[in-house]
Amino acid sequence: MKHIKVLGSGCRNCETTAKLIQEAAAAKGVEIELEKVTDMAAILGYGIMSTPGVVIDGQVVHAGSVPERRKIEGWLG
Amino acid sequence: MFDALATFLVFDLAGLTPDTPLGAALHFFVMDVAKILTLLTTVIYLMGWLRALLTPERVRAMMKGRSGPGARLMAVGLGAVTPFCSCSSIPLFIGFVEAGIPLGVTLSFLIASPMVNQVAVVVLAGVIGWQMTLVYVVTGLTIAFVGGYVLQAFRLERWVEDYVWAIRMGEALRVEADTSLRARHDYAWGEVRQIVGRIWRFVLIGVGIGAVIHGYVPADFVARIAGDGSLLSVVVAVLAGIPMYSDAVGIIPVAEALLGKGVPLGTVLAFMMAVIALSLPEMLILRKVAKWPLLGIFAAYLAAAFVLVGVLFNALRSYL
Repeated sequence: MKHIKVLGSGCRNCETTAKLIQEAAAAKGVEIELEKVTDMAAILGYGIMSTPGVVIDGQVVHAGSVPERRKIEGWLG
Repeated sequence: MFDALATFLVFDLAGLTPDTPLGAALHFFVMDVAKILTLLTTVIYLMGWLRALLTPERVRAMMKGRSGPGARLMAVGLGAVTPFCSCSSIPLFIGFVEAGIPLGVTLSFLIASPMVNQVAVVVLAGVIGWQMTLVYVVTGLTIAFVGGYVLQAFRLERWVEDYVWAIRMGEALRVEADTSLRARHDYAWGEVRQIVGRIWRFVLIGVGIGAVIHGYVPADFVARIAGDGSLLSVVVAVLAGIPMYSDAVGIIPVAEALLGKGVPLGTVLAFMMAVIALSLPEMLILRKVAKWPLLGIFAAYLAAAFVLVGVLFNALRSYL
C-alpha cells in the first residue's frame, strides 16, 4: 500500500490532483492511502513552495502543477 | 487574419454592418476572443516546452542570502519570468522570508510576478501593439523595484504573523523531471488546459466589456468621464480598478477599447495595473501571513504608484 500526500492550501488545482490520483488508483486497482496536507509548515517542510505537491512514501515526486495522468500512473507502478 | 475572420463571420455571413453598434461590438468580440485564445494557447504551450527552467523553489535558492540593489533587480526580473499562481503566494512568501530574503525584496517579487509575465506581454503586444507593451513592462518593473525600497522603509517585519518566523523549510529529495519529447508535450498541453481552464472566463468577460464599450458607448461620453487625463480622473480610474479583479490577460481587451475611445494612455495604464495588481482577493490571501497594517501600506504604495504613472504618462502624451 502506497501512502500518498497531496500538499496544497486547498486551492482548486489541489482538489483536482487528489481526485485524479484517486481515479487512477481505482482504475489500476492499486490500494493507496491518500492524505491532503494543508498545513503550511508541513508543506514547506517538504521543501515545496509551489502547490500542489505530491509526496509518495515520504518522497517528493511532483510540485507546482496538476500532474498528468500518465505521470500519476507511473507513480502507481 | 483575426480581423478577416471576424469580418467574414459577422459582416458577410451574419449580414451585419460595421456602422451599427451591434455589428461593431460583435466584430470586436469575435476578433478578440479568437486572437487572445490563439495567442494564449500558443505562448503557454511553447513555455511549457521550456518548462521548469524557473520554479519558485529555484528562485528561492538563487536569491538566498542576497540583498542590495542586485538582489532587488534579480527579484523583479525573476518575478516577471517565473510562472506562479496566486494560490501559491503564501508558501512563496514564507519560503522567501525563511531563506533570509529581505521583506522588501519578497514584496518586489510579489508585485512583479502577476503584473508582468510572458503571457501578458505577448497578448498585450498582439492586441494593442508593442509600444504600449514596452511602456507597460518598463513601468510595471519599475514600480516593483522601487516598491522594495519604499516598503522596506516602513519596517514591515513588525506586521508579519508570528508563526511565519517559526516555519523551517525542508530540503526534500526532488525527482529529476522527465525531459523526453513525449513528457514535454504532455506537460505543455497540461499547462495549456490548466491555465486556459482557469482564465477563459476572465477573457470572455473582458472581451465582452471591451466589445460593449467599442460598439455602444459614445466616444464623447467616455471623454466626458475619463478623457481629460487630469489627476482626479486617474485617481478615479485606480479606485475603480481596486474592487475589480482579473487576470492580466482579461483586462487587455478592455484597455484596447478604452484607448480606442480616446481615453489617455496614462489613465488606461493606471486602471489596468490597479485591476491586475491591487485586488481584494489577493489581499485576503496575504492576510494569512501578514497583519492589516502591512497590507494597508502595501496597497497604499501600489495605489500611489499607479496614480503617479497615470499622471506622468498623461502629461507626457503630447510628446509621445
